[in-house]
Formats: sequence, C-alpha cells, structure tokens
Amino acid sequence: MRHIISILIENESGALSRVAGLFSARGYNIESLTVAPTEDPSLSRMTILTSGSDEVLEQITKQLNKLVDVVKVVDLSEAAHVERELMLIKVRATGKDREEMKRMADIFRGRIVDVTESTFVIELTGASGKLDSFIAALDAGLILETVRTGVCGIGRGDRILKV
Amino acid sequence: MISGAEIVIRCLQEEKVECVFGYPGGSVLHIYDALFKQEEVKHILVRHEQAAVHAADAYSRSSQKVGVALVTSGPGVTNTVTGIATAYMDSIPMVVITGQVPTQYIGQDAFQECDTVGITRPCVKHNFLVKDVKDLAVTLKKAFHIAATGRPGPVVVDVPKDITAQMCEFEYPKTIQMRSYNPVVKGHLGQIKKAVQMLQEAKRPIIYTGGGVILSDAAEKLTQLARRLNFPVTNTLMGLGGYPATDSQFVGMLGMHGTFEANNAMHYADVILAIGARFDDRVIGNPEHFGEEKRRVIHVDIDPSSISKRVKVDVPIVGNVADVLDEMLKLLDGGFTADPEVAGWWKQIDEWRGRDSLRYKQAEHIMPQFVIEKLYEVTGGEAFVTSDVGQHQMFAAQYYKFDKPRRWINSGGLGTMGVGLPYGMGVLLANPGAQVACVTGEGSIQMCIQEMSTCKQYELPVKIINLNNGMLGMVRQWQEMFYSKRYSQSYVTSLPDFVKLAEAYGHVGMRIEKPEDVEPALRKAFTEHKNDLVFMDFIIDPAANVFPMVAAGKGLTEMILAEDL
Repeated sequence: MRHIISILIENESGALSRVAGLFSARGYNIESLTVAPTEDPSLSRMTILTSGSDEVLEQITKQLNKLVDVVKVVDLSEAAHVERELMLIKVRATGKDREEMKRMADIFRGRIVDVTESTFVIELTGASGKLDSFIAALDAGLILETVRTGVCGIGRGDRILKV
Repeated sequence: MISGAEIVIRCLQEEKVECVFGYPGGSVLHIYDALFKQEEVKHILVRHEQAAVHAADAYSRSSQKVGVALVTSGPGVTNTVTGIATAYMDSIPMVVITGQVPTQYIGQDAFQECDTVGITRPCVKHNFLVKDVKDLAVTLKKAFHIAATGRPGPVVVDVPKDITAQMCEFEYPKTIQMRSYNPVVKGHLGQIKKAVQMLQEAKRPIIYTGGGVILSDAAEKLTQLARRLNFPVTNTLMGLGGYPATDSQFVGMLGMHGTFEANNAMHYADVILAIGARFDDRVIGNPEHFGEEKRRVIHVDIDPSSISKRVKVDVPIVGNVADVLDEMLKLLDGGFTADPEVAGWWKQIDEWRGRDSLRYKQAEHIMPQFVIEKLYEVTGGEAFVTSDVGQHQMFAAQYYKFDKPRRWINSGGLGTMGVGLPYGMGVLLANPGAQVACVTGEGSIQMCIQEMSTCKQYELPVKIINLNNGMLGMVRQWQEMFYSKRYSQSYVTSLPDFVKLAEAYGHVGMRIEKPEDVEPALRKAFTEHKNDLVFMDFIIDPAANVFPMVAAGKGLTEMILAEDL
C-alpha cells in the first residue's frame, strides 16, 4: 500500500540523515522525500512517500516517533488529504512540435516558464499520476530532461499537523 | 567566564558523575587539562577506547547510574563504536563525550578527523555536534536526560577543540524541556485493567520478562506480582536476576539455550505476560512455528516500537515497567482469583522440569558447567558475573543462579566478544569491594586483554574465569552440528601462557586442569587473593556443548537436548 507520511522535525543539521538512515537501516522504502522549513523556521516538515503492509507502516511511524528530533508524525493517506508534486520538464520544441508542445501544456494546465529557439521548460503541478500521464502523452524522443519535487501533502479540513 | 573544557567538567560534576573512563588525545587536551585541575570526577585511563565504553556501560548496568566515557577525535571515536553499539542494543544509559577537530577544520580531512555524528548515528539513541560554546552546557544536560529517560541508551556529544578553548558564562539548567522528546511513563489504566482481566482468565499463563525489568529497577515489584499470581516466570538472557532464580516459580531462562520447561511453557501458554522483553529471534525461535499456537499476549514496554514488532500483541501497555507493575499490583489487591486450571498447568510444567534439561555428564576433563556451579557455590551466589560471548556466556547464564538484578552483566543484543574484562572494571568501580567474576574463554578474553594493565593501575581485582577449550566453542558447536564437523578457523592455536601473561601484568595466574582442583582454586582466588586480579585458566573439555539448543530456524519446542545425543 502507498502511504504519505508527514513529519514535523526539529530543523537541526543532520535531521534529514537521521530519517533517511532509519529507512535504509530498517529496510523501509522511500519513493520520494521532500523537506523544507515551515513557517516556524525552527521546524522542518518532511513528506515521505513510502509503501508497505500495515505492520510495516505501524513500525515506520513508531520508529520515526522514536527519533529524538521528531516532533510529530502522521500518515496523511489514512484520511482525506491533498497531495501535489511539481515537475519541470525540458522538451525539444522546433517546427510543428513547438505548437504541439504548447497545446499539450495547456491541456494539462502546465505553464511554459522558459523558451529558447529549440526548447521549452514546462512547469506542471498536480498529483503524481497527472505528471506521469503528461510524460506518457509526450513523444519520448522530445523529452530532454525532467525534474520532480516528490510528493508533498496536507490534510483536508480540520486535520492539522502543528506543534 | 570559564572555558568550554571547564564547562564540560562542571557539567559532569553537576550530574554527580564520579567516574569517567577515557583516553586522551589532541582534540580533548583542553578537557583533560580541566580534569587535571579538579578532584570530584575521577578518570580511569584504559588501554583502548573500546574498553572505556564497555567499562562505562558496565558501570551503568551494575549501578543504574549513567556511564560516562571521554575519548579523542578520529580513531578515538571509531574505537568506541563497538562499545556504543553494544550499549545501544541493550538500552544502557551512557554519555560518550568525543573530541572533534576545531570547527573551522571540520570537513577538511584534518588530522584525526572523522564524521563522528555520522558514524555513530545508527547506534546511538541520539547524538550532538556542539557548534557554539553557549550551547555546550544545555547539550550535555540534554544528553544525560535523553540517555537515562524513556528507553535508555547511549548519547554521543561531539565537541570541537576550539569550543573547549572558548570562554563562556556557565549555567547548568536544572531541568530540560524538549518538545520533540517526552517519553511515556505511566501505562494506560484501561489497558492495565484489561490485562488483569486476561490474567484471571488464563489457564496456562506465563510471565516472560527481559532487560526492561532490570533497567526499570522493578525486580522487587515483579517478584511481588509473580507471587501474588502464582504463575511461572521465565527470564530472557538480559532479564536474568529480574526474578530470583532460586525461587520455585522460576522455570529458567528461555530461548535458544533456554530450559526445556521454559521453552515449552512459553510455547504452550495461553496467556503471555511479557514485561520489558521484545520477543527477539534468540527468544522465540522461528516466528511461524511460534505463531502456530493460539494465545493472547499482554506486552508491557516503554518503547512502543517493541510492541507488535515480531509478535502480534493483544493488550499493549506502553509505560515504564515499574509504574505499570505498581498499577497492576494495586488492581490485584482488589481481589484476584486465578483460574483453577492453572494447577494442572503447574503439573505439566513439573513434568517438563523432570527432564532436567541442564543435566550434564562429568568427564575426565573439567566440564565448563561444573566450573560455573562451583563459582556459584564459592561466591554464595552473590558475585557480579560479567561475561564475554560464546559457550561460556550460555553456561554462566544457565548455571549461575542470579537472585538479584544487575548482577549478570553481558552483551545480550550485540553479542560483543571482549566485553567481559572491561565490564569487570566498570562493575568494580561502581561497586568497590564487590566480588566480580569475569566468565570468559580464550577467544573472547584476547579481544580486550590489554585491560589487565588498567586493572593493575587501579587495583581492580577481577577474577577471570577463563574456560579454555582451545577453540571458539560456539562456532565449533555450530560447525559440529550443522557443518558436518568442518572446523573452519575455529581452533585457537598459539595461545599465550595465560599464567605467565597474568604475572607479566603483575597479577596472579593459575592453571587448573583437574576437576578436583576447581573448587580449591576458586576458593583461593576469592579469599587469599581477594584483592588481586586472578587469572584462572581452566583447561576444560574441548567437546562440551551448550544444551538445550534451538537451532536457527527451528521452533521453541524443537530443542536438541543433551540426552538426545
């Protein structure tokens, strides 16, 4: 099962390596990981996309809670939440492909944020599946480079992760 | 204003640290200078940093105080890693202060630089790199707090040399609040009630306890609880002494080398009350086999991640063992009637006991079991027994009956060879005048044998019980049983003359080759040579094996018994 774990952690040097080290030491899976300080700069918020059985997930949250720097852990995917990922994708855009690329970006509500004579950089935000679909929809030969942030997410409504 | 180095020492004084184990070097010279100028904190100079950490670890195991070690950067730190990992696996509270190269050199591959925080991260409860002298006192306070509370463990504080030279006001915080660290102490009362209800319904109960009982200083409460319930009790290797081994309710240690009755009782119990234990692989054997029996499990542990990790738990109780036992005892005072079928269960257990699974045959050679039995007699069961890792460790665990907690000092989790002698040092420094026996083998003892020199310097009269079979006994046992007797590298040849070696270090050495000489030698060592380190080289039966044995991958009840062979 796919799970999105959100972690509030003290914004100290080495915090990321403690979490990453825990996952590798115990053989847990990290599909993506994003981290940045919150509105309170003493705290970082980390989002980890992982997978595993219920037992494994129980251990992951328990082990994360055991880390001295971790303030709170929540499995976002347990209830209603919003998840987003951002992708920047550089594509070849020459001749008739130039118009086609523009159209595809529009269909997926992407934005072209850099233009040269032969390339576009398209910015696209959404759930991971949408980004995957966009890549699939393009002619693979025209994709020059992609970069994705990994999933970040937030609970809907009253679900709030805060100290 | 005082220097960072003086702050380190003042913090140790504030924590009432009496004894630090360490080894000086470039990065900690300022700290050693500050240490020199005071008398409250005593320093024990070991011969290898690994021994400093082991000794600090045993100091803690035998006293409940936080052990402290002090080492220099680079190799000083890397030498401590085995000791830190050993303490981590057994949840021993310890603070290790490590020197680091000056802040501006960090990351420059400076002389004796290593990434201490990175190297130790997977084997500490927590670690810190101090980047500002103003944070030094608070960091050390946090280190002691984290080490000793919750599920205890080692904490490393890495202090760059320039920080120890900088001047700062000293103020030691009285208490510490951390928003990210608030271990649970009290167990959930509703859960405890459920547990007591389940105990009332139990027809084939067992109380299974581990190191958590020792760490929580709850041995007495456990005894009260067990007596009140009149249920059988088994201890893990780490839990020995948590319940008096000479008591009739004790069924012995369980697990890979547990007794026939303990392993059967554990396997066939319908209700397991697990306290401060973690169902590890050496305890339950093959988890699928263990899972074949229907049973209900109550699990008391301070670490939620230990619960339902390897065995599904029905009533989890997260809390400090002593506090939870208090609550349980209170509830039992309200009236408790055990199921009448428990009497039949006791009959079954007595039948299992009848197999006498620890029986062994005397031989022409000295049997290792016999040495431990004599050691028990000679010391009146009152000694602190430190052990190394291997067959001798299991013999000591099986044949020395520990009635009190904190008397059995061994590396259970990591299984570190070489701990025995430094453990003996730590025990003696925490318990001056105590009888301390280090049960070891000719393989293990050589891993930290240089500490005989430290023992001379500080007059630490450890009695070394060397069960010498000229082989790495446990390795040989497995090769004999599972590798068709291909004894690959398990012989130890070119052994030193241990008697002469002990004498060379200025101690007393004895070689004992006949069964009838065992007891007199032990008596002599513990009376006439009470104040000497005595190295007793017992030449034992090289064929002796540890039984019962649950082979790797087998179930708890699939034991190999000595009588089967």
